[in-house]
Amino acid sequence: MNANDYLQLALYLVALLLLAKPLGDYMALVFADAPNRVTRLGARVERGIYRACGIAADEDMGWKRYALAMLCFNMLGLLAVYALQRLQPWLPLNPQHMAAVSPDSAVNTAISFATNTNWQGYGGESTMSYLTQMLGLGVQNFLSAATGIAILMAVIRGFVRHSAKGLGNFWVDLVRSTLYVLLPLSLLLSIVLVSQGVVQNLRPFAEVPVVQASSYTEAVKDEAGKPRMAAAGHEVTHAVPVATQTLPMGPAASQIAIKQLGTNGGGFFNVNSAHPYENPTPLSDFLEVLAILLIPAGLCLTFGRMVGDRRQGWALLAAMLVIFVPLLLACTAAEQAGNPALHGLAVDQHASALQAGGNMEGKEVRFGIVGSARWAVATSAASNGSVNSMHDSYTPLGGLVPMWLIQLGEVIFGGVGSGLYGMLAFAVVAVFIAGLMVGRTPEYLGKKIEAYEMKMASLTVLLPCVLVVIGTAIAVMAPAGVAGVANPGAHGFSEVLYALSSASNNNGSAFAGLSANTPFWNVLLGVCMFLARFPLAIAMLALAGSLAAKRHVPATAGTLPTHTPLFVTLLACVVVVVGALTFLPALALGPIADYLGSMR
Amino acid sequence: MAKLLRQSLLMLLLLTAATGVAYPLLVTGLAQGLFPAQANGSLVLEHGGAVGSRLIGQSFTDPRYFWGRPSATSPMPYNAAASGGSNLGPNNPALVAAVRQRIAALRAADPGNTAPVPVDLVTASGSGLDPQISPAAAQYQVARVARLRGLSPAAVQALVRAHTAGRTWGVLGEPRVDVLELNLALDHLSTR
Amino acid sequence: MNYRDTASMTTHSRVVRGFSRALLLAAVADAFRKLAPRQQFRNPVMFVVYVCSVLTTLLWVQALAGHGEAPTGFIFAVSLWLWFTLLFANFAEAIAEGRGKAQAAALRSSRKDVVAKKLANPSRDAFITYVPSSELRTGNHVLVDAGELIPGDGEVVEGAASVDESAITGESAPVIRESGGDRSAVTGGTRVLSDWLVVRITSNPGESFLDRMIAMVEGAARRRTPNEIALTIMLAKFTLIFLLACATLLPYSIYSVQAAGSGQPITLTVLTALLVCLIPTTIGALLSAIGIAGMDRMIRANVIATSGRAVEAAGDVDVLLLDKTGTITLGNRQADAFHPAPGVDERALAEAAQLASLADETPEGRSIVVLAKERFGLREHDLERLHAQFVPFSAQTRMSGVDMGGQRIRKGAVDAIERYLVAAGGHLPAALKRAADDIARRGATPLMVVDGHAPLGVIELKDVIKGGIKERFAEMRAMGIKTIMITGDNPLTAAAIAAEAGVDDFLAEATPEAKLKLIRDIQAENRLVAMCGDGTNDAPALAQADVAVAMNTGTQAAKEAGNMVDLDSNPTKLIEVVEIGKQMLITRGALTTFSIANDIAKYFAIIPAAFATTYPALNALNVMHLATARSAILSAVIFNALIIVVLIPLALKGVAYRALGAGALLRRNLLVYGLGGVAVPFVGIKLIDMLLVLLRLA
Repeated sequence: MNANDYLQLALYLVALLLLAKPLGDYMALVFADAPNRVTRLGARVERGIYRACGIAADEDMGWKRYALAMLCFNMLGLLAVYALQRLQPWLPLNPQHMAAVSPDSAVNTAISFATNTNWQGYGGESTMSYLTQMLGLGVQNFLSAATGIAILMAVIRGFVRHSAKGLGNFWVDLVRSTLYVLLPLSLLLSIVLVSQGVVQNLRPFAEVPVVQASSYTEAVKDEAGKPRMAAAGHEVTHAVPVATQTLPMGPAASQIAIKQLGTNGGGFFNVNSAHPYENPTPLSDFLEVLAILLIPAGLCLTFGRMVGDRRQGWALLAAMLVIFVPLLLACTAAEQAGNPALHGLAVDQHASALQAGGNMEGKEVRFGIVGSARWAVATSAASNGSVNSMHDSYTPLGGLVPMWLIQLGEVIFGGVGSGLYGMLAFAVVAVFIAGLMVGRTPEYLGKKIEAYEMKMASLTVLLPCVLVVIGTAIAVMAPAGVAGVANPGAHGFSEVLYALSSASNNNGSAFAGLSANTPFWNVLLGVCMFLARFPLAIAMLALAGSLAAKRHVPATAGTLPTHTPLFVTLLACVVVVVGALTFLPALALGPIADYLGSMR
Repeated sequence: MAKLLRQSLLMLLLLTAATGVAYPLLVTGLAQGLFPAQANGSLVLEHGGAVGSRLIGQSFTDPRYFWGRPSATSPMPYNAAASGGSNLGPNNPALVAAVRQRIAALRAADPGNTAPVPVDLVTASGSGLDPQISPAAAQYQVARVARLRGLSPAAVQALVRAHTAGRTWGVLGEPRVDVLELNLALDHLSTR
Repeated sequence: MNYRDTASMTTHSRVVRGFSRALLLAAVADAFRKLAPRQQFRNPVMFVVYVCSVLTTLLWVQALAGHGEAPTGFIFAVSLWLWFTLLFANFAEAIAEGRGKAQAAALRSSRKDVVAKKLANPSRDAFITYVPSSELRTGNHVLVDAGELIPGDGEVVEGAASVDESAITGESAPVIRESGGDRSAVTGGTRVLSDWLVVRITSNPGESFLDRMIAMVEGAARRRTPNEIALTIMLAKFTLIFLLACATLLPYSIYSVQAAGSGQPITLTVLTALLVCLIPTTIGALLSAIGIAGMDRMIRANVIATSGRAVEAAGDVDVLLLDKTGTITLGNRQADAFHPAPGVDERALAEAAQLASLADETPEGRSIVVLAKERFGLREHDLERLHAQFVPFSAQTRMSGVDMGGQRIRKGAVDAIERYLVAAGGHLPAALKRAADDIARRGATPLMVVDGHAPLGVIELKDVIKGGIKERFAEMRAMGIKTIMITGDNPLTAAAIAAEAGVDDFLAEATPEAKLKLIRDIQAENRLVAMCGDGTNDAPALAQADVAVAMNTGTQAAKEAGNMVDLDSNPTKLIEVVEIGKQMLITRGALTTFSIANDIAKYFAIIPAAFATTYPALNALNVMHLATARSAILSAVIFNALIIVVLIPLALKGVAYRALGAGALLRRNLLVYGLGGVAVPFVGIKLIDMLLVLLRLA
């Protein structure tokens, strides 16, 4: 790694922290109970929405009611995405005449977008009509993110309130997330992205002549679509001339902005933000990767403000950074070191003034190593899952980093809302262990952590782990699962493990060699995505409900302070240890064997 | 429950209208008004027609042209209608074989050149549509292109330099050379 | 550390100390008895070990039949050590229970069914029927004569007697029990030595203090405490995830063997070994022993808690209410100085004071005599020879003194003397009153001396703060516990003593109502309050406090209201109770951390051993350079079993407790048990591996 690499990484972190603070403060106002200068701005629009929907905005919902409203709304959204995909040939805004999506793929995609996972079993530009992209996927990009923020707000209120029944109003939290946070930021980002070259139109794909005509060979097919065989036993082929190139179009910028900001990650095009129309310049790349962590980082500080002790928010953010920064450096270094398999060949992998060098398979020249690794780490730390390079082609250690970050439970920034409430579950576990070690019934932010809280927190922490290990076992045992594996040896196992980790933690990125658009994979991953999102959210709401009902215990010198470097270290250790202990055996058979094998 | 269902449905409709209709249309309107060229694909226009996009690479296999990144799209390289990477694992023998083959092809096109090949010239890009190569990869090809086109290396060198972009603000991204535009410029130079 | 000495001054003949041979043997036998599945099922972590032990035994039997998945000896060794793991866990619990059982047996011997003299009505002369003590019910009255055992817990309603309570308290000196006042409670099983008592029975059979105590030390009444339940939930969840992570390794391994085209899938024996090593067996095995040992430490401190919950709550206490007298100060004040009235010689004052105190046998009186002798060499006079008439203290006059010749010397509280002077037509000089106020402000007590109507001066009586108590309070403060002194003194005196003793706050001129209100106020801020008390009028406050230690010498009402009884009746015990509560939690937390931190080394031992046939490169993870795959696995399993035995003393003794702030305490324990937990198994497993090689078992 050279000086510019460090500079680019440092610039990223500085920009993130500089922007997170004002955003965090702003969001604390947005979700404050009392009306203020921010919420007064849109009060009229809000009131109109509530009235139109017949909603009493002042209803203070208990956790069960909150959870029910959340579930009902999300299930309807899920159905809507499914219906749009199945009906798209008969609906408008389909200039490329995309066919109806297969039922299993449609279910998978509907769950994927409703759960903020945005795993893509399909290729955007070859599957989805503009209408499906806008009304289905684009809308869920907003609403799944808004749902995550809403749940987080309910959880925070669980800590803030005492001797209370209610956790706030789901509809208000949902509308405010969308109206005050996601829409304005997306609008701003999408316009900047367009200026960089991200397409935004409703035109059909453009056909342009190519500068150098060429041809490719293709198997000749018979009427049944089967390759015709020659007498010698090999396929009959013919040359297909290529004189034109089909340029995809569509309302991409508007969707890319929210998919980055809402930690969704579902790309407009198949290769996501590696696509030049989705991420054309280093500047667009910087802004998009910044957008991945912006809201999750800001929410930490919102949390601090709302619980009345900013240090608590900074502590959580610090715990995230303590894990994030070393892994960022590790991944960058591993990729920059290049692929040992190419060492014997006449390939120059060294970084110089003229080239980024390193392991460039699956990466774009404009991003180089540092831009690619930075994105890979950010997108897997947050449950974003968008990519600007192909993780499958990363070096074993470079690929281990994003995989493991996902396996940590998507709490290092994590999804908007969901990441922080996941981290709070870890904090509860950490506080519990630490509390015992200082000889008091553990408390976090003045709330006693007892059996019920432990039950819900450990459920939240461990459910994704369970889904990953069981899902992976099912996949490697089933012929239909193994059939999708692209790479041989340990790396093939990594592909399966990554897919299940991604789905079971609502990330959405992939070791994309895996052919997962099959009924088996669509169903398996669909189930994992669903279970990782909603049961977890309900467990956290239950936890919040229990906390809200508790009394507030004042802090003394005997109370464990939860804003100190010591606690930050402990919290980071708990996250890392749970992740390491659960996944070390599996990782040993995947990336670790892959790495050690490549060293020999 | 029925009440909740109705509330949910109405809320979904309203928010869909806001985020799925109003928002993308507003962005489209603004984009078309403010940055029409970019919003419509950054097309390279020549003689009144588009000959490609500045942002989307094209396949160049003729040794008289600068070659771009290897592309793993199917069925043909640089198929912009179906972007994709190779997704070959780092230890996959198929990757090593592909790299060997690309080195061989480059060497065949330029037999005298025994320098190690810059890595981006023998590894497939993530999108399969990467419009750029590293300056090192361009340098590697300058002699060949100049020779085959009967141009002076200095003239080609100057052209490469003109189509090289540095890091944004000196920091962001990597230095890179636009292959399509460079090749178009080469054609202009040759025909003049 | 002074207070510790006072706390342990009594001889605990009843308490079983150390581990006798018999105790150890009994524990070993118990360890096997506890292998019953029903016993094991209660502890999720150890139940998994149980199932694993059975499974490997079956695998061994299969291997004996010639279809083994691994060498018979290896499976046998793994299986054997898994059973040892279980036995060690059982042993830990048994040894913790063993001490309690021995104590219970001793107690039970005093619970003999005796014949009680049941009275028709509460009077010594009432009609007597002879009934077995087991038939006595609350509200019955019984007569107990000298030499008889008191048949049940109760309240003395008539009579006074000396009672031998050594069966309960271990204190051999007899105590006085009498009707009325704060010494009216008697305990079943104690013996009346002299005189007689009429006792109103206050407990039904099976609910008596002795019954509760037996149940407590036996662990029969031991229910899991709230924190223990929460911890068990966490451990169960960890066990579940490790169970799944290990179970799914089999398919992963089969897939990897196919993908790599080499090696063998992981065997069930190795998987089982891995699982047992990973699940938190160390804390799982010792968890219940820690709880029992915590209760045991309470008992050894001569405190009987009504529940483990109360012990745990003691660790959470935020505020300690401490009675001044006996806790902060020695029970008695001592004369410190003579302040003569204007125009009076100090020596004359000393002489008068000495005379007035000669017959006063209270410690305060004695100290005045001693001070006069020290200051002016005044010899003690013989009252008889002086023909002096001693006037004892009375509640009406609140004065005492001596009449001798023309002298009528009186001493008493300032207001009492002032009233006496005014009634006699005199008055208290302003200078003297100021001197008295000054004394009070210094935290001392002024005692006015007059002769007839002539004020002579003031004696300054000082409270004597117990040695080392200030340091104890500083420790409490560091632990985040606020101390509040409760005293009947006026605010001036209270403030001065509070400052000298280093308590955080005080409640002066305390009445039972004020005390109760203070507790309620503190609790309204959601803080936990601990207090101790003995009198009947303490009962409401004791009932209200979160941790309430009743003195064993106290009334039945106080003992009923509290959730702990201090058999030594030592108010300073409260501090010890808090520490024991904290220590119990810390021990659990430390061993949990240790247990989980251990897993890292175990992974480095087992993963290369399990998968190196498939991916030989994984041998690079064998950082300990363990000899063979089998010795690596066996070493990890053996370490996992032995560490339980090694930690049994720690579990029973509790982690060394230091009075530190939460942050410092956590840092220290994380370093010792977290980092230590990471490092120790690397060394331990390596040593065991070397030993196996040496013994040619590898």
